[in-house]
Amino acid sequence: MSVLNRLSLGLGLVFLYAPIAVLVVFSFNASSLVTVWGGFSTRWYGVLVNDGPLIAAALVSLKVASLAALVATLLGTLAALALNRSGRFTGRGGFTGLVYAPMVMPEVITGLSLLLLFVGLGLDRGLVTLVIAHATLGLGFVAVVVGARLKGLDGSLEEAAADLGAGPFRVFATVTLPLIAPSLVAAFLLAFTLSLDDLVIASFVSGPGATTLPMRLYSQVRLGVNPEINAASTLLVGGVTVVVLAASFLTGRRGVGNQGT
Amino acid sequence: MAPFLTLERLTKTFGAQVAVADLSLAVPAGEILCLLGPSGCGKSTLLRLIAGFETPTGGAIRLDGVDLTGLAPHRRPVNMMFQSYALFPHLSVSRNIAYGLNGLRRSAAAARVEELLRLVQLEDFGNRRPETLSGGQRQRVALARALAREPKVLLLDEPLGALDRGLREQTQGELRAIQRRLGTAFVIVTHDPSEAMALADRIGVMDKGRLVQVGRSETLYERPVNRFVAGLLGDVNLIPGTVRDADGALVRVETALGPIFASGESAPSIGAPAVIALRPERLAASTIDGVAAGDRNTLDGQVEASIYLGDHIRFDIRMRDGSTIRANIPAGTGIASETHVRLSFAPDAATVMAA
Amino acid sequence: MKRLLPVAPYLWLAAFVLLPCLITLKISLSLPATAQPPYLPVLDWSAGIDGWGAFLEALDFANFETLAGDSLYRDAALSSLLYAGMATAILVSVGTPIAHALARSPARLQPLLVALVIVPFWTSFLIRIYAWIAILKPEGLLNAGLIWTGLIASPLDILNTPAAVMIGLTYAYLPFMVLPLYAVLSRLDPTLTEAAADLGASPTRAFWTVTLPLARPGIAAGALLCFIPMVGEFIIPDLLGGSDTLMLGRVLWSEFFSNRDWPLASAVAVLLLVLIVGPIVLFRDAEREREDVGR
Repeated sequence: MSVLNRLSLGLGLVFLYAPIAVLVVFSFNASSLVTVWGGFSTRWYGVLVNDGPLIAAALVSLKVASLAALVATLLGTLAALALNRSGRFTGRGGFTGLVYAPMVMPEVITGLSLLLLFVGLGLDRGLVTLVIAHATLGLGFVAVVVGARLKGLDGSLEEAAADLGAGPFRVFATVTLPLIAPSLVAAFLLAFTLSLDDLVIASFVSGPGATTLPMRLYSQVRLGVNPEINAASTLLVGGVTVVVLAASFLTGRRGVGNQGT
Repeated sequence: MAPFLTLERLTKTFGAQVAVADLSLAVPAGEILCLLGPSGCGKSTLLRLIAGFETPTGGAIRLDGVDLTGLAPHRRPVNMMFQSYALFPHLSVSRNIAYGLNGLRRSAAAARVEELLRLVQLEDFGNRRPETLSGGQRQRVALARALAREPKVLLLDEPLGALDRGLREQTQGELRAIQRRLGTAFVIVTHDPSEAMALADRIGVMDKGRLVQVGRSETLYERPVNRFVAGLLGDVNLIPGTVRDADGALVRVETALGPIFASGESAPSIGAPAVIALRPERLAASTIDGVAAGDRNTLDGQVEASIYLGDHIRFDIRMRDGSTIRANIPAGTGIASETHVRLSFAPDAATVMAA
Repeated sequence: MKRLLPVAPYLWLAAFVLLPCLITLKISLSLPATAQPPYLPVLDWSAGIDGWGAFLEALDFANFETLAGDSLYRDAALSSLLYAGMATAILVSVGTPIAHALARSPARLQPLLVALVIVPFWTSFLIRIYAWIAILKPEGLLNAGLIWTGLIASPLDILNTPAAVMIGLTYAYLPFMVLPLYAVLSRLDPTLTEAAADLGASPTRAFWTVTLPLARPGIAAGALLCFIPMVGEFIIPDLLGGSDTLMLGRVLWSEFFSNRDWPLASAVAVLLLVLIVGPIVLFRDAEREREDVGR
């Protein structure tokens, strides 16, 4: 690696991580002034644990994220299979557009339009609408992740199974599914974190009594920097890092083992 | 001819792995040198060292009196034809060929491209993209592009490896013709012995990073220095024994099949273990009571298997010690299976090598 | 069975992507009202054909006239495009060297380095933007550092300025630019750059004449992936921008939440879609033409 390459990679990583590092460091600050170091302390974690509304919001977020990720993984996998294994079907172009649209559409549009739908349907805003919105958001990402894996699969494996007498369901259950399983895990986690992370769409479609963690954090962030939020952020960053590393470790190993080349 | 490209004690290691080991070689101007060896023998690394893509761990590379060792690839007066051809997919054939000519004026570069397209017989393909060409045409574009800067040495990595068998033979001829016309020294890497023999003025055989033997095809074929070279260039019988006596180039070796007289300019000293290399087509066969000329070696055995191959019959003959000797005998000698045969060969046909 | 695969996701997407977009379009042609829902007309399903007729008659382009007439919205649209465009340009020039370095890093380190680029992308967007407040504010770390080194005497006003918004956009979207670029660059045949060097091209010339043209699909993918959501970005201008930082996402948000003008918010959404879909269609056509010329 040339010096120039090392330099740009190094600077890039510093740029990506410095702000996060600042958050983490100052979450252990004894002082309540965020940018003045007052010694090491875990007092803000104590404050955090006793912050009832914040914990309640976190629980809402976890609930919504799990359900939304589940629905997104299910539907997104079906969409990926449809796009990669069904050949041509009526409305394929429109289908492709619809799958990818929520990924690229600005969140404000997704949020507003879903809200207008829910209002039009007379659906009460709350957990259900949150789950629907986040599942829709995650669906496209799941389809991309699972689709990439399906594309990478040797199609002759499925043909071999069919040739050996397996019906379509058996082919799927015994060949396709085990081979795409790692990507399903990755896709679920992606949909899960997307839901956990979303502020804009949730602000539109949630109702009273269904405040998610980002919504709660946002209402505090607007008031300025606050060491308790640093502590919450640190926990969140730590959790996500562990999950991502675990997922990449899992899928990496399985992936390599499966390809075998 | 005076040496032109010289490699002096060149070494390249990747971690603990030695790719090129203490290798010295001189290539005269205008020569075609083929580096021959199995994959992983270091021949491609050697080529990449000359081109400058790898930095040697030790030793020096000199070209026409200039030390190239520390020079970046783009400053070396050598060019490479890549095994994959590495044609730029986003550029037309003409612009691929012109890529190395950016020092020239536009009109001069265009004229040079025309000239090169003519040289490789692709006059009408200048505006095409590489992906629209056949394998053979791409190979010729790669050659033209590598020749554009009039390199002092052209390095070719498996130049014909991606071509079909039929096309390969035709292309070998064209490649030689172009080289003779331009007089550029070619260093060609190949794993195919017949290709090396068809193309090369000299062949350098490499094994495990070392240059084992350099010489003309006939020398390597007839007088290999070890089992590796002998086996690489074709079918060979290897008969182990001990050197008993030497009279000039004529060596007497005691073997399990009896004493054998063989040639050995670089034979091991008397009493040392040795191996005799004997090409199957250098053997003659007769019935057991046939008489061979007095100075010829004879080996008696029984035909174990025979395969008719058109221009000759390949016999596997079981010797009295249980070993098998292969003999390629012209068809029509009337030797049948299960018969006892007497094989004979001149001492000149066998080579003594160190065991 | 294969024919049935798309049915469930298709229905879902029709209900929760297509239908909402149509409703938004419809409401953008409605007028606000102090009612529940707060807009008119509402389609009266029970009135049948007559209901549709009355409904269509009551549709109105007033919201779009407002958007076109009021310089606030024009400025917001222009500055959204400007911010997103400039940030995309910065991302291309910052992301390309990083992706290039990533693709050239030792093979055994690459998975780790790629993971390092991805992890921030999985980390909460809100939190990553929030982190910059502590860095950029007048008594923040950047100013403290600059004053400590003696480069400046008094704190710079960075937070709540366009510069802060640009920093935030670049920071938040960098992984989106680097990853598609890396995907293309890492698949690039390394012998192509070797061939360029062999033919006398300096590393710089090889990069500009071989690597970059071949990476164009990745650059285009990354640029689109960043540009589109950036145009509608809300969190970054809201937290890092000043009160005068106008971006369409923020305007839509305040029309909806502060002014409760749902029809106008819908009109902004439609405008946003047009602004985004337009460039994409143009870009695709240009790209296709280029391909055709290339053949």
